[in-house]
Amino acid sequence: MDTNKTLANESRLVEENKGLKNKIIALVTRWEGVLALILIAMVILFSNITPYFLDYFNLMNATFTFMEKAVLALPMIFIIMCGDIDISVAAIIALSSFAMGFASSMGVDTGGLIIIGILTGALAGAFNALFIIRFRIPAIAVTLASLSMFRGVSQAILGDQAYTQYPASFSYFGQGYIPGTIIPFELVFFLILAAGFAYVLHFTTYGRKLYAIGNSATAAKFSGVDVDRIRFTNFVLNGVFAGVVAVLLTSRIGSTRPNIAMGWELEAITLVVLGGVSISGGKGNIVGVLLSVFLIGYLKFGMGLINMSAKIMIITTGFLLILAVLLPVIMDNVKKQNKLKAQRRA
Amino acid sequence: MNTIKELMKKREITLVLLVLTLTVLVNLRAPGFVSGENISRIINDTSILIMVAIGQFFVILTGGIDLSVGSIIAFSGMAASMLNQSNPALPVGLVLMVGVLIGLVLGAFNGLLVAFGKVPPIIATLGTMSIYRGFTFVLSKGQWVTAHEMTEGYMNLPKGTFLGLSNLIWAAVLVSAVMIFFSRYTRSGREVYAIGGNKTAAHFVGVSEAKVNMLIFSISGALCGIAGVMWTSRYAAAVNETATGFELQTVAACVLGGVNIAGGAGAIPGVIIGALFLGIINNALPVVNFSPFYQMFIQGLIVLAAMFINTMMDNRKEKELLNRRSL
Repeated sequence: MDTNKTLANESRLVEENKGLKNKIIALVTRWEGVLALILIAMVILFSNITPYFLDYFNLMNATFTFMEKAVLALPMIFIIMCGDIDISVAAIIALSSFAMGFASSMGVDTGGLIIIGILTGALAGAFNALFIIRFRIPAIAVTLASLSMFRGVSQAILGDQAYTQYPASFSYFGQGYIPGTIIPFELVFFLILAAGFAYVLHFTTYGRKLYAIGNSATAAKFSGVDVDRIRFTNFVLNGVFAGVVAVLLTSRIGSTRPNIAMGWELEAITLVVLGGVSISGGKGNIVGVLLSVFLIGYLKFGMGLINMSAKIMIITTGFLLILAVLLPVIMDNVKKQNKLKAQRRA
Repeated sequence: MNTIKELMKKREITLVLLVLTLTVLVNLRAPGFVSGENISRIINDTSILIMVAIGQFFVILTGGIDLSVGSIIAFSGMAASMLNQSNPALPVGLVLMVGVLIGLVLGAFNGLLVAFGKVPPIIATLGTMSIYRGFTFVLSKGQWVTAHEMTEGYMNLPKGTFLGLSNLIWAAVLVSAVMIFFSRYTRSGREVYAIGGNKTAAHFVGVSEAKVNMLIFSISGALCGIAGVMWTSRYAAAVNETATGFELQTVAACVLGGVNIAGGAGAIPGVIIGALFLGIINNALPVVNFSPFYQMFIQGLIVLAAMFINTMMDNRKEKELLNRRSL
């Protein structure tokens, strides 16, 4: 079966929508299909190497290690969808965590801590948005600078110290399970959030406007989309959820150091880009990102089980990020060349 | 053309004035800050930044960014140090060459991804930033190369003096001179400006974007290679975390030097002054009793402020031009 036929099948599918075989082919040649296949292959591979991989308890508990990054990826979809980028998210987590640690040392209770954490994140996001949208400085430059400001604040005040005093009830969000089960709270929380984001992205005008902006901000503007307002909202939203992640992470590890969540911006962006969201905006969906979340999460879990070092995993993440952008380009090229060949033949 | 030149000149003069004011202010708080010895120390401390910032300058000029500079410095520095450790008899010049070559290869790989893989620079270098850093750990197996494992010759590489200035400063001067010449008077140098100014126009007059991308990322990588060798020999230690977060400082030097972060405008003299400005601040912080922990925050603040001022000035210039046009 060559790509030629697949292409023809795809287009026929759109018109007539019949034939189970064609449907399967179209599904598999889509990015999400590729991800799903890799995910299945990976599960088969790891479960053959080690008996501890396909263990219900292990699979559940492993989610603790990647759910926070997964939450971070959700609002990042909106940002990247509009062709923007935010590399300060991890630093916002550090700032929020620092604010919560400070408040906790002043005797604020769990409810207050959550509000402070999320509010700090929202403010940091609005700060980014102000410079990016109001003053028209490129997002990459602004967030690169604000990254060191946000993390710099906690570093300047904490130095080599750490906040470690948190109320006992605060630990539930990052460490707790749904009562009576061994399903982590974080997993359920993420799935509910993902459903919410899927709804906004795929079933509301806000979501449609995101795609419009990503495809052409100018065209969107002339069609009456308030581009600036939506981009502003995206950055604030990103800050809010960085605050939420700060709550989960701080609650899970129970301490705040200036280097908390170091490098997580890379992981969040990788999840989104690997999930098939185009880095130049306008393309992608939630399903792909969900698949990439579990793919990378369980890949790292499996690699950990077979004693691969953390550094190998960092290298793998970097490669995955680049491959995720490189592969569609290569696939596009192959498709184009096949098309050309077909045209020449005709 | 003349007005543009005048504006550029003005920009660099303002920067020099700013640097001088800052120095005088610090000197008021801490007399002795302006002494021959301290000034040469500041320039010495800033030399590595100047070299890497010039590489970053070319990338930013095309509208890209190189986030992998810190990791390339770490890897090439680690490789050179380990080479020196295992073969003490090898001439230091050769070790330096190997370091530069490694940097060049890593940079060229970035260029390959951007030029032929059509991966946006931010994503390509964000990825290679962690790949190269990971490679550094793999190469060193997590170990350090410390002072007593390096040869005297290697450690003296940046310290040796010639005509009263350290080799490190000479390296920065040489790199600056060559790169200024390259950017102003060579065809390839002008092509970098052309791509940054207007990609489509450059394409139509026959400038190859792929070639330019290969070139600038290779230059950036090679300069990081020199920096890596100098860094590890100067501090007499090759650690895995070398130059973490250095990319921000290089971008900061460019932005302070008036380089447009969206590409197309800027010049190397500005970048050098921008780097010196950062060097003075880093050197002044402990002098005026600021904890070094503030460094990160202050650098971020300065970059943001500089970009803000740049943008405002650009906007004003644009308005002026529009006004003149309507007359």
